[in-house]
Amino acid sequence: MNTAVVAEITGEITYLGYGLAAIGPGIGVGLIFAAYINGVARQPEARGMLQTIAFTGMALTEALAILGLVFVFVFQG
Amino acid sequence: MSLSVVPAHWLQGGLSAADEEGFQAPGIESFWWPLIGSDTSNWTLTRPAFVVMASVVIIGFFFLAVAGKLTVVPSKRQWVAEQAYGFVRNTIARDVIGAKDFRPFVPLLMTLFTLILFNNVMGILPFVQFPSMSRIAFPIVLTLIVYVVYHTVGLRRKHGVVGYLKSLVPPGLPVWLRPIMFFLEFLTYFIIRPLTLALRLFGNMLAGHLMLLVFILGGEYLLVHGSNLFVQASGILGLAFGIVMTFFELLVQFLQAFIFTLLSALYISDAVSEEH
Repeated sequence: MNTAVVAEITGEITYLGYGLAAIGPGIGVGLIFAAYINGVARQPEARGMLQTIAFTGMALTEALAILGLVFVFVFQG
Repeated sequence: MSLSVVPAHWLQGGLSAADEEGFQAPGIESFWWPLIGSDTSNWTLTRPAFVVMASVVIIGFFFLAVAGKLTVVPSKRQWVAEQAYGFVRNTIARDVIGAKDFRPFVPLLMTLFTLILFNNVMGILPFVQFPSMSRIAFPIVLTLIVYVVYHTVGLRRKHGVVGYLKSLVPPGLPVWLRPIMFFLEFLTYFIIRPLTLALRLFGNMLAGHLMLLVFILGGEYLLVHGSNLFVQASGILGLAFGIVMTFFELLVQFLQAFIFTLLSALYISDAVSEEH
């Protein structure tokens, strides 16, 4: 049986992979800031302390997405 | 020195080649710059290196000039310098490292913060428009300095190599858990922390610059080479969104300078603290 190509996409598959890999860190960063806003709303005077914790947590979560971005270029065919 | 904003391979190939083949999406090649000076002589520079050196001179002169004539009622420049210094000293160093030990590390953190912030903002400053930190060499060197500092502090505070390695494992763990915990903590302290510290700054600057290139070059291509009015209108939309993204980049650039300094302070505070 002959196979007919109906539609074809060319390009780097790694970019698509990075898009999928960014979902997890995206949700993670969202959760961190949701918790930060919650905390500040409940106790506004704890803002300074929570800010440091929130940004540290964000940086650690974001590191996963950044690793993904680097792997895009590492595994580019 | 080439003052042009477009990267090397366009200058060599000419823009006409791009016109013939349609839109050339910006990629990792957009970050390659021609060498200033020859590669056979003893020195060569690239434009990012030149920007970093210029930033060191500018920041140095700025703070020296401000510190030379301090007044009780601050001038505008003194106010800016005081705000930056107060931010790094109080919000980052004192709150993270602790009031007892933070003083020796303020100069390092202040230098890191101002240097990274200045170089990041260069990413959207007209006529420079290239964040030097999107070349991995610069974040690596900055991370190397932080790496050496926090390990040296840790070795001094925790009485040598053995004490330092022992302090990696939190006290009060069952015996069978200690090797696993030691392995994980060792990995974190010696490999993951420097790796992520350098890659975070690099990746954010690279991705931000790439995003601006996509919107502005894509918008320009649609506007100039678009076949009908609808396509050209969407080109204008792309350019407008590029402007919005430029302001978003300003936020990201400040945030990355802040986070790099904050994490450096955090790693130093881990080394300084007695219990863990």
